[in-house]
Amino acid sequence: MKRALIAIVVFGALLAGWQLGGDAGLWSDTLMPQPMTIAGWLRGAIADGSLLDAVIVTGRRLLLGYGVGLCLGIPLGLLTSRSRLLQDTLGLLALGLQTLPSVCWVPLALVWFGQTETAMGFVVVMGTLWAILLATADGVRNVPPIYVRAARTMGSGPVHTLLRVVLPASLPFVIGGMKQGWAFAWRSLMAAEIYVTVLTGFGLGHLLHYGRELHAMEQVLGVMLAIMAVGLIVDRLLFLPIERALHRRWGTARG
Amino acid sequence: MSETTGVPTPDAGPELRLQGVRKFFRSRGSELLVLDDVSLDVAPGEFVCLLGPSGCGKSTLLNVVAGLEQPDGGSVHACGEAVVGPSRDRMVMFQEAALFPWRDALGNVMFGLELKPGLDRKARREVARYYLKLVGLERFEHAAIHELSGGMRQRVSLARALAPNPRVLLMDEPFSALDAMTREQLYADLQGIQTKRRKTILFVTHNVREAACLGDRIVVMSPHPGRICQIVDVPLPRPRDINDAGVAQIARAATALLRAQHSPAGNGAP
Repeated sequence: MKRALIAIVVFGALLAGWQLGGDAGLWSDTLMPQPMTIAGWLRGAIADGSLLDAVIVTGRRLLLGYGVGLCLGIPLGLLTSRSRLLQDTLGLLALGLQTLPSVCWVPLALVWFGQTETAMGFVVVMGTLWAILLATADGVRNVPPIYVRAARTMGSGPVHTLLRVVLPASLPFVIGGMKQGWAFAWRSLMAAEIYVTVLTGFGLGHLLHYGRELHAMEQVLGVMLAIMAVGLIVDRLLFLPIERALHRRWGTARG
Repeated sequence: MSETTGVPTPDAGPELRLQGVRKFFRSRGSELLVLDDVSLDVAPGEFVCLLGPSGCGKSTLLNVVAGLEQPDGGSVHACGEAVVGPSRDRMVMFQEAALFPWRDALGNVMFGLELKPGLDRKARREVARYYLKLVGLERFEHAAIHELSGGMRQRVSLARALAPNPRVLLMDEPFSALDAMTREQLYADLQGIQTKRRKTILFVTHNVREAACLGDRIVVMSPHPGRICQIVDVPLPRPRDINDAGVAQIARAATALLRAQHSPAGNGAP
């Protein structure tokens, strides 16, 4: 309760300072709109439904790209951890590609797929896949061998061991990778939406882009806030409960 | 409890028969002989302790019997059949409990049962509950593994090994990481369970007293290469306590045998 109060006081003071600074004419309203102006834009965008539409369009793309990234990343991670050959080839490639900011894929995606949903999906998948693949492979390599031996003595075959022992045992790593993958997917998609103009739906990235074109900085800042809010909500609603359950089960400390 | 796999065969041959088992460890071209010509028969329901210093290959021998490792020479038969891999008829208990942290105590005991055909979920749960009760943990069914003490973890591990109703229990220094008081309680419990469930047990230890307290026979092994140097019978009544005078006496004799290996004269030759 005390922590929440501190957060409210600190952010309240920050907003008040921002608003008062604008009132006093310390900086240009065009370059840095006041909180009330941004709140006004947000209210309008929520009222006419354009913000919600953008969130839905972006969310759909995100879930699709993220889902494909997961469906490819986890099995490929399992395979990579099991085969020396894949570890030396695919593993190395994944490590290299993970360090590549996914916005670098945008020019290639545009040439390959044109101004399409596929191009955007491709960028998102490239952003997610490698982090998830690497985390899964890492998790599997960290499974204590004694678990596998114990399972074998109880009659567990290779496939059963993989699905019922190795995969759950590496879950803390896999969830970590999924969280990282989610953050990467989110970034990739914003980059893709800013650069790829499609007529199949206006996402948050497009709203931000048009805010810039219109020199409407309150729109740019409003969309930035919306992007942060969505990211925060997903983290709290999706990942936090899973992580809590894992920590409870595994008995690892959590503050 | 239904007895599907635990029925002793009428011919009453040895439950385990090891004949001339040899095992090498290979590393970068050099070969190290870890087990040399080990032969041993274990009768159904017998409790045999493998005793020896570290490096005498006793754990390797246990792994070979478990089917986790293949011998380089000789053969292992379990109730007349050659051992080619792990089997639910020979369950293993390791030094570390090796319990799965993503399952609760009951879930761990149920793991082996899930692979046993002909059991539905309800039956599995019932069997698992029975064995958790047998090891005195009926109140900890839903405890997370990290919430259990070392002794309790080994109890869950024992319940997990017993649950599929194996004929043979292979125990690899299962109590060596526990404190003395917990260990003594587990000696009593294990003997009690042994009289109730009658398993053939192969128990690896480096603790002489433990071997004398638990075993019907003590197989004393010598290192480099690992081989059987002598077998000591323990004709003491059960249940035994680690502090019994008879146990102490047998332990003294076994200790003398172990010491003799290190003296220049005694090369462990039978």
